Amino acid sequence: MVPSLCGIALHLDVDHPDAPAAPLEPVRALLEDCFKAASKFEDAGRTVEVPVCYDRELGLDLPEIAKRLSLSEAEIARRHSKSEHVVLMVGFSPGQPYIGGLDPKLAVPRRATPRTRVPAGAVAIANAQTAVYSYETPGGWNVIGRTPLAVFDPAREPPSLFAPGDRVRFVPIGLAEYRAAAAEAAA
Amino acid sequence: MSLLVRRPGLLTTVQDRGRFGLQHLGVVPSGAMDPVALELANGLVGNRGDEAALELTVLGPELEFRSEALVALCGAPFEARLDGRPLPLDRPVLVRSGSVLAARRATRGARAYLAVAGGIAAAPVLGSRSTFLPARFGGFEGRALRSGDVLDLTENCSAISLERFERLDQRRKMSGIETVPWSAPALTAPEHEPIVIHAMEGRHRDAFDTASQRAFFEATWKVSPDSNRMGFRLAGPVLARAESAEILSEPTCLGTVQVPANGLPIALMADHQTTGGYPKIAEIASADVPRLAQLAPGGALRFARCTLEQAQELRRALRRRVAAALRAVAWAYGQ
Repeated sequence: MVPSLCGIALHLDVDHPDAPAAPLEPVRALLEDCFKAASKFEDAGRTVEVPVCYDRELGLDLPEIAKRLSLSEAEIARRHSKSEHVVLMVGFSPGQPYIGGLDPKLAVPRRATPRTRVPAGAVAIANAQTAVYSYETPGGWNVIGRTPLAVFDPAREPPSLFAPGDRVRFVPIGLAEYRAAAAEAAA
Repeated sequence: MSLLVRRPGLLTTVQDRGRFGLQHLGVVPSGAMDPVALELANGLVGNRGDEAALELTVLGPELEFRSEALVALCGAPFEARLDGRPLPLDRPVLVRSGSVLAARRATRGARAYLAVAGGIAAAPVLGSRSTFLPARFGGFEGRALRSGDVLDLTENCSAISLERFERLDQRRKMSGIETVPWSAPALTAPEHEPIVIHAMEGRHRDAFDTASQRAFFEATWKVSPDSNRMGFRLAGPVLARAESAEILSEPTCLGTVQVPANGLPIALMADHQTTGGYPKIAEIASADVPRLAQLAPGGALRFARCTLEQAQELRRALRRRVAAALRAVAWAYGQ
């Protein structure tokens, strides 16, 4: 079962001997019952602290969006780390969170030209959300910092740092602290 | 028990049927692009259908075996040689220790599976031996094979290979190769192009103007060179959107056809992202995804509109053909 911002996917093995001949109808009924029961957003009760270095060396798009928003780079970091964030969904690539709760003053559209390589751990914003890139991939969000944490590690239990409903607190760290933590994580 | 990679080929990876039940964590099943050919290759060497095999892509590898190994190469027809002699395809072949299997070019299609009795013994990651290239985990060190790699086979590969080959009732030496005089049917190898791929209309069909909705099912599309295991980019008419509203990220499936802002569709393949924010113009019938996976860059296809019920019937028909082929193979093993 895959929840997302807009829709839920149910992937099922239709070749399984116990798979019902017409699986969609009972699933639809079940989901409608769930929607009726879920009247409000449920709080998973967990807070994930994410250290982020907002230095412009790692926050690749900081200078550009600072100009665009007429805010200092330090003010962007301050606002981003002060807001209350919540994981809305995990998807696209392993463990990648889509995090809501961005300070409305920081709302910027995606980059007109996506970057061909966004590094793993990049903390990036677009529209009303923050994403933390779990792996180096192409991407169009505006990178404002980087975390030394592994967003996804198949050898860890649980492998994913984030789950839908988690509250997220971004904790600013300096470049030296980032480098030390990243070196430790790589060792 | 191992094999040495003397030449890696274009993109040779360890793949099994895939890693299931983790899409809520953003982990896609991945696995063989053509799971039908994988299942047949495994069946031909007496394996369970979900053992890990090597997926060959367009240009195959050169492999030196360091044990006796019962192997089968299934899927796209590759020019392949065993110690210089033509390797027969789609059937069990007993490879002797020290022999070299050299797969060259696919004469049609794109992908074939080299199964070995007992499977490739890579450590499972999150329940599967499949290589997931975008996140570099699974399979052999999370990557495609390189020259000099040594892949572990099962500990008893020699013993089970010899024992299984002994059970084959029509086994014989033909042109110096220990094999059988029959072969499994190639169920997914491409017929003449453009191949016809059945697809259901997508959730966001109405986001496209009517000319584009029609063009999708009328055009002949070509697989672009920048296609990969994540998705096949299709070259053809640009599909114009009637509305340009962004779509919030929602789940995607194997075979989803999404259309980014440039108007050129992308068919999502085995390593696709679990969610996406582009409008979906179609969903490919699951029975036809393995056939699509057999198109090499430049390969041509057309889409034929189908209903969910027709897609389900296509799937059942494919399962029946695979089951019949596997029964015939089991019969040859005296089961």
